Parts: sequence; structure tokens; C-alpha cells
Amino acid sequence: MISIKDLHKSYHMGKNSVHVLKGINFDVKEGEMVSIMGSSGSGKSTLLNILGMLDEADEGSYTLDNVPIKNLNEKIAAKYRNEFLGFIFQSFNLINYKSALDNVALPLYYKGMNRKERTERSMHYLEKVGLAQWSHHLPSELSGGQKQRVAIARALVSDPKVLLADEPTGALDTQTSYEVMELIQGINDAGKTILVVTHEHDIAQMTKRIVNLKDGVIIDDSVVEQVRASAHV
Amino acid sequence: MFDLERWQEIFETLSKNKLRTFLTGLSVASGIFILVILLGFSKGIENGVKSQFEQDATNEISVRTSRTTKSYKGLNPGRYVQLTNESYDAVERKFDPYLEYRSKTFMVWGGTVSYGNESGNYRISGVLPDNQFIENADIGTGRFVNHSDVVESRKIAVIGNKMKQDLFKDESPIDKNISVYGVNFKVVGVFFDPGGEREESQLYIPITTAQRVFNAGQDIRNMSFTMKMEDNFDKAVKKSEAISQGIESQLKEIHIVAPDDVSAVRVNNTLEEAQKIYSLVATIQAVFWFVGIGTIIAGVVGVGNIMLIIVKERTKEIGIRKALGAMPMSIVGMILQEAVFVTMFSGLFGLVFGLGLLELVGPQIENDFIKYPQVDFNIALTTVFLLVLAGAIAGFIPAYRAAKIKPIVALRDE
Repeated sequence: MISIKDLHKSYHMGKNSVHVLKGINFDVKEGEMVSIMGSSGSGKSTLLNILGMLDEADEGSYTLDNVPIKNLNEKIAAKYRNEFLGFIFQSFNLINYKSALDNVALPLYYKGMNRKERTERSMHYLEKVGLAQWSHHLPSELSGGQKQRVAIARALVSDPKVLLADEPTGALDTQTSYEVMELIQGINDAGKTILVVTHEHDIAQMTKRIVNLKDGVIIDDSVVEQVRASAHV
Repeated sequence: MFDLERWQEIFETLSKNKLRTFLTGLSVASGIFILVILLGFSKGIENGVKSQFEQDATNEISVRTSRTTKSYKGLNPGRYVQLTNESYDAVERKFDPYLEYRSKTFMVWGGTVSYGNESGNYRISGVLPDNQFIENADIGTGRFVNHSDVVESRKIAVIGNKMKQDLFKDESPIDKNISVYGVNFKVVGVFFDPGGEREESQLYIPITTAQRVFNAGQDIRNMSFTMKMEDNFDKAVKKSEAISQGIESQLKEIHIVAPDDVSAVRVNNTLEEAQKIYSLVATIQAVFWFVGIGTIIAGVVGVGNIMLIIVKERTKEIGIRKALGAMPMSIVGMILQEAVFVTMFSGLFGLVFGLGLLELVGPQIENDFIKYPQVDFNIALTTVFLLVLAGAIAGFIPAYRAAKIKPIVALRDE
């Protein structure tokens, strides 16, 4: 599903140049659930941004579902993001003046789907994350866990190839974190490929494979025994 | 632009950010409102001044004399320049083709006039028949002084409406005899004057009669003419100026006055006066436009400014939208359409409000110099569309900036 070869990325800040990614090689098969670990500054967020087409690599190749991702202009990047990817962020990134339902429906709006179909589909995904009765509430009326569930529904609604989660439990307490992870595991069980960036070991243990990043290189890439989040709930 | 989904999205955004929408709209609406009021009042001033000038024929030339101030050809200064029938005839003969109405006047500023037990002090003017048109006097009942009155020096009088009310009350004055300095005059008409009561407290008698009754011989006090009107206002002004000068130098020659003696013979030209006033009005209008346009520019800059703040405030939202697959153009479209919609809607609101206020308050205004303030609706509509265009331009910079927002930067957790 995802194939990355010899990926390099540097950031330039004035005269200083920071080499963040120093040759990453990495493959993800369909249906995998991978966590990317590393301390801050290890380059894990940069890697996720490149995978998410929010940023572009300096060198190396990136193939997503057999489509080479290169020379992206903003228009194509926007199209690919909409088609291929679903994002889950640490701070949820919901639009605060839109209801849960409208937030979920937003990717479909940019797909050009009509309102009726959008609403039906969004309701379906809100039901999936267990928030059907909260559909007309604003994000400010929801708890952290509920917000993240709305964000997950939004990430899923356009049926993307890959789900990218950047510290999905970073802003949640332990109990809520496990609930959210249980939901994400369920999505993976249904066959969706998922990448999770985290620095928490217990969260990483809930995936099927852990990639450890340090100073811009992969130091460890191993398949692990998945811990079911439901065991903790 | 006509995408229903886009409009739904915009209405939703606007209605969920009411204060922001309201403030943006307010600056535009007040800009247009002020412009409309200013334009209305500048039109009102124009109307007011025009109606002031309609009181007398605007193309009038009048001649008055006083004492000389310079010695000339052996004559001492301080000599009174006395106009006569002879000098009037000379002027009339020379400028005949250019003149429309002509009249000479001999007047007494205050004369006792009585009828029965009522009496009062009134201005008595001996005139020619044309004076009726020069003074814009309307005959209410009876008639004005006519040619045979003048030729036969008849003792007849045309009295002003005020005078009629004073002396006759409800009685009809026609064919009644009034006494002027003890001489009986028969009233043949009553006139109204747009100049008001002051103009209506006087009586007209034939000039020949006046000269005889007041022992004036051939003397006249002043002469007045109106010019045949030209189509072109500037041309008319030039012509009447030339003729005024011609009359002035002719009279100075006849009465032996130094050519550079400005006060001895004075020829007034109302058209020239009118032009001065009109150019003053034009200046006032230009100032009003300037202020109005300035207000609108301020409004547009305000909109641009608010849109910039909006974009700044919505950076994260725009980042989210882009991460979810929004094209740069759809972001530009969203911001622009919002700006244009808000400016147009509030602009029209300000326009209607301003027009409504003018419509309501306009007729209540009772001032000699402001009359019927109004706005040409087309001009107002044009300004609204200009405003929308300006709003779009003002919205474009923020929109462009919004399109340039990188989602990765916008979504970075602070």
C-alpha cells in the first residue's frame, strides 16, 4: 500500500539547515496497523506529514496504492488527500462553528457530493463511532473523547486507503485513550490500513508493528503481539 | 458562483459568525448611507439655489449710479451721475438686438399711500410695461402697466398683494382710487412676487406719470434689461458680460465719467452672479463627492482589513479544509464570495436606508438654500456596484493569502 525509498528531508531556517530525515526505507502492506515511535525531534511527525502529502520530501520516492507521489502541486495534493487519506490529529482539528454532522460531512463536500447523500453517509459513520445522538452538537459541547470520535468518523467518511493518526490519544486521559484505540483497532480489523504516530508505549503496543525512529533513521522495525484495547476498558 | 452548495456553505459560515458579519456589514452600510445622504443634500442645495435664482429673471442686467470718485475732463469728483431718458434711449438703441425686456425706473423709497382710513408707507416705482417680466411679477387680478398708460401718463397703479391686504382687506381694489402724495391713482391690478412680502409692499405706476408727479423731468433712477437666452450657459455668461461692459462704457462716455471710476456707474449682471453661485455649488458638490468617496474607501479598506483578520482567525480552519481536500481555488472563492456578498448586501441596505431617510426627511426641510434633497437612483446603484467591485478587490488580497496557507503550518499544535 505504502512504499518509501531512501527518503530525505531537510528544513532550512535562515542559515541553519536541519537534516530531519536521513534515508528512510519503509513499506506498509494493506490492512497493516503500524505505529511510528520516537522521541521529539526524531522526525516522526515530518515522516507523517510527507506521508500525508502535507509536506514534500527533498529526495527519495513515495508510492501510495501504486500511484507515485511526486511533483505535487497544491491542486493535485488536495485531490489525493481527499481520495487516499484520512487524518486524525492530536488536537482533533474540528471546525468549531460546525455541528458534528457537518464536520464529518466536510470531506464529502470537497468531493462534490450532494447534501442529501453527504448527510446520510455522515450519519452512518457517526453511528459507527457511537455518536449518532450527538450529531447536531457543536464540538464545544462534546468531551475530548467524543471530539476524537467525530474526527475519526470524518477521517473515515470518504473511505480512504490509509488512515494517518498523529498522536490520536495525546490530548486524552488514559481511559478515553483506550476507548479511542479500541475504536481504531476495530477499524483496522475491518481491513483499513492505519499509521499511528505516538510516543506512548502502551498505545504503540496496541498496533501490530512498531517502527522506531531516532535522529532521522529507522533503528528498529518489528512486528509485535497486538494488545487489545478492549482488555483495558 | 451559482453553486447552491457553495451558497449554503457561505450562509452557514456567516450566520454562525454573526458579530463578525454584522461589523463588516456595518462599515460598508454606513459608508453608502453617508454617501447617499451627502449626494442627496448636494442635490438639495443645487435645487435650493436654483429656485432662489428663479425669483428674478436670471439673465438680468441692471444699471445704478452714484457719485463720481475721480476727476475727469476738468470735472470734480463727488458729482452725482444722473441717468436720464436720453441715456436710456441711447443704450436701448445701441444694444437693441441683444435685449429681450427693457425697463427704466424712477422710484421713491417711501411714499404715503392711503385708501379711505387706511394708509401706509410704500415704495413707489415708475416703470415701463416690461418691468413685469424682469421682476417676475405675477398678476393676480387686473393688469400691469401697459404701453398706452406710459404714453398718456395715466394716473393708474398696480399694487402688491401685501399692500392690497393692508389697505383694502377683503374689498376688491380694482378701479378704486388710492391717494399717493395727495394725487389720486386708479388701481388697475394686483401682483404677486416670488420674492415675498417685501417685494409685494410696493406699487408700480407708469414712469412718465412718476416723473411728472415727483417733478423729476427726464431723470430716471436706474435701468434694467434682460438678455435673450442662449442655449449654452457659458456662452450666455460671456455675452452678457460683454454687453454689461458695453453699456457701462457707453454710459460713462455720455455722462463724462472716468473709465476707471468703478463706483459712479455700476452695471450688475445677475448671470455672472449666478455663475459664481453655481460654481460655488459645484465646488460644494465636488467636496461632498470627495468626502463620500473617501468614506467608501474607508469602508472598503475596513472590509479588506476585517477579511484579513478573518483569514488570520480562520487559518486553522482553512488548514483543516485543505487537509480534507479543499482546492486552493475553492478557498479563494469562499473568501471572495463571502466578501462580495457581505459588501453587496450591506451596501444595498445602506442605500435603501439612505434613500428612505431622504424620502422621509427631505420634504420636511424648510430652508431657502436646501430644497428636495434627492439622489439619482442610477448613480446610487452604480456606487453600490463599484463598492462590490472594490469589496472584491479588497477581499482578494486576504483570499490570496488564505489560498497560500500551508495546512502543515496551520495545523501545527501550538
